[in-house]
Amino acid sequence: MKRRKFDVAAVPGNAARAVDDRFGVATPLRRLLNKVFPDHWSFLLGEIALFSFVVLLLTGVFLTFFYEPAMTEVIYNGSYAPLRGTPMSAAYASTLDISFDVRGGLIMRQMHHWAALLFMAAIVVHMLRVFFTGAFRKPRETNWIIGSLLFWVGFLAGFTGYSLPDDGLSGTGLRIASAIMLSIPVIGSWVTAAVFNGEFPGTIIISRFFIAHVLLIPGLLIALISVHLGLVFTQKHTQWPGPGRTNGNVVGERMFPRYAIKQGGFFMVVFGVIALMGGLFQINPVWLFGPYEAWVVSAASQPDWYVMFLDGSTRLMPDWEITIPIGEGYVIPPLFWPTVVLPGILVAISLFYPFMEARHLKDYRSHNLLQRPRDVPFRTGLGVMAVTFYVILTLSGANDVIADKFQISLNAMTWAGRIGLLLLPPLAYYVTYRICLGLQQHDREVLAHGVETGIIRRLPDGRFVEVHQPLSAGNGHGELDYAGWVVPKKMNRLGALGPAIRGFFYPIERPVEAPVSPGHPPVEPRPEREEVTSGETRP
Amino acid sequence: MTSDNDRRRGLLARLRGRPGAPGRGRRRLGAAVRLVAALMLAGGAYTVLAPGAAAQENPPLSSAAADGKALFDVSCVSCHGRNAQGVEGRGPSLIGVGAASVEFQVGSGRMPMARQEAQAARKPVVFTRDEIDQLAAYVQELGGGPVVPAGDNLHADGNVAIGGELYRINCSQCHAFSGGGGALSSGKYAPSLRPATDRQIYAAMLSGPQNMPVFGDNQITPEQKADIIAYIQQTLKDDGDPGGLFNLGRYGPSTEGVAIFLVGIVALVFASLWIAGKS
Repeated sequence: MKRRKFDVAAVPGNAARAVDDRFGVATPLRRLLNKVFPDHWSFLLGEIALFSFVVLLLTGVFLTFFYEPAMTEVIYNGSYAPLRGTPMSAAYASTLDISFDVRGGLIMRQMHHWAALLFMAAIVVHMLRVFFTGAFRKPRETNWIIGSLLFWVGFLAGFTGYSLPDDGLSGTGLRIASAIMLSIPVIGSWVTAAVFNGEFPGTIIISRFFIAHVLLIPGLLIALISVHLGLVFTQKHTQWPGPGRTNGNVVGERMFPRYAIKQGGFFMVVFGVIALMGGLFQINPVWLFGPYEAWVVSAASQPDWYVMFLDGSTRLMPDWEITIPIGEGYVIPPLFWPTVVLPGILVAISLFYPFMEARHLKDYRSHNLLQRPRDVPFRTGLGVMAVTFYVILTLSGANDVIADKFQISLNAMTWAGRIGLLLLPPLAYYVTYRICLGLQQHDREVLAHGVETGIIRRLPDGRFVEVHQPLSAGNGHGELDYAGWVVPKKMNRLGALGPAIRGFFYPIERPVEAPVSPGHPPVEPRPEREEVTSGETRP
Repeated sequence: MTSDNDRRRGLLARLRGRPGAPGRGRRRLGAAVRLVAALMLAGGAYTVLAPGAAAQENPPLSSAAADGKALFDVSCVSCHGRNAQGVEGRGPSLIGVGAASVEFQVGSGRMPMARQEAQAARKPVVFTRDEIDQLAAYVQELGGGPVVPAGDNLHADGNVAIGGELYRINCSQCHAFSGGGGALSSGKYAPSLRPATDRQIYAAMLSGPQNMPVFGDNQITPEQKADIIAYIQQTLKDDGDPGGLFNLGRYGPSTEGVAIFLVGIVALVFASLWIAGKS
């Protein structure tokens, strides 16, 4: 009997052919794998959010195996002694069990929470990159809107998740949420009654938030993320202007193999950072907050960082109560303005900014090349203004902790926040605008006169001048066109625009020896100086 | 004739004077008697109405309290006044605050105060244990007041579960869930409980120092006080943080937000710089 020859090298090819015969995927897959992505570090910020979302799904599924979304009262009898015998909700008891009795439960819970904070932080940082480089302009306005919605849906996901442990902190957060809903004129009490099924806290809110947190909101997030990524594929990624890069092409790496491998590696890094934070940094010690009871509100009860700006706006709001003289007087509580109106305005501005800017500039063309922030001073200024506004509100949300730890009067913190909220954003706009103009000015100077060499030459009449290395051919001093990209400003940055010596943390190659001109022999080191002595040796 | 008559009537008669108009000598003598009587009355009234002198004299101080008074007159009198009656705008009266108050304020270094400000801060202790006891004896003998029970370990038979519940209801509003303290209005604050000893916590509950309310034995019984101290000392201080090497100060979500940007985002931006640089 003849042994059949088995050709190992042909296995992948044969397998691929077999798959393609049946499913016909070779042509679309080739298109996909050959897709080119431009390479720049700032294009990876959105991936941090995507990868932390994957970690959120993985850890979240683990947590659902042990979490019990019920508000029935139980007596805790687990292994955490300081709460043993305390009556609490089943939700809180199962959270304690996850933390103390489920193997690996505490690190999973902490990774889930850190991944949630990282998801929101990465979304914000990614949004800032997109905003400051003008990547939201036509044709990508839709993707900007989807990205903004992702932030606000993530906000809801975070808040519902924050409420699930049913500890003192999450109950306090729910109490504030119910107060915010109640403050809405006319419909407030109906909204609250519908959400809580009656009075706060009721007996069903945890189950409702659970299904929103594990099914509805993640489903919405996955749908939005899919459309977001699909649009990046069909509209192609933006790129920085540079040699060979135009509005009509994409210069970069193919999706397969290099880009995919790098992204896989980056996912591992994100996962590793979240796991390290989950293991090293304690987050939300629910066992210290105790079960939620309406009469227990701890000092330093704050929402997570992305909700803190609402807490801050509430703390800064003066107690202006508006009474409308209808019947016995209809009261609009001051809480309504900073917690319902303000976020409403922020959502509207963030969603429609691309259209507002296009209308303002009368610019309805398609843009696939990015802009440097300095080249569009008004947009950069507006962005810094918005960031300043948000940061002041966020800091005010933690103003009691700041006041206590830095020994500042809490009243002074509140007034500083109120005044700062009005004064600092316009100031930030002005300062940013001037800095942008200054940077533009310097770029133009270098293009006109060349790079400073650091060589000072003395002229025959005694004057000193600095020699500039002209960037253009010929005698220099001709106008060079600004290409919208980095202008070299140091001698060792001339040429390919990359760093002269490659390597990120340490040089991976030696600098090339400078070629020696035959007319100028290499400079010899100065001979060692000798001390002039008397010639005698001292004992 | 008149002088003869006078001489005949003798000294007594002259003192008694004539029935009609009093003589010069009698008038002078009467004025002197009235002056002495008025002085006696004024002096007596002063003695009765000025209790300091009487308090100083009447119940004699024990020897420890006398030593305490000597210390008081050197270190405390400038703000709390002579005999601890207080000075308007500088320091309150100490009559009736009790030994517990002295033990807390002086034992934690808050008194003597460094300067007049919103609230006295914990400092290195100025007096020795014996001196604090003497000051406490003096203030206690001035007007009574709450006293901390004897012993350094006041939470030996405390129940941390009950203590935790009581702590969260009564203490966490100001001292926070972690015992780390929190801000009050206008520069006042609830201090961190980490450096506090059993006796200081007990004394603080009894005496209600600075902005803290008094939790007397009718509100929180001595057994419940022991439970609360057990929760603070065992659970909040000694049990550590099972969630990791760093507890981020247990300041709640504010430091967690700082950590995600300073650690998470910074690390990952460096990672993306590194990965994007490898092309």
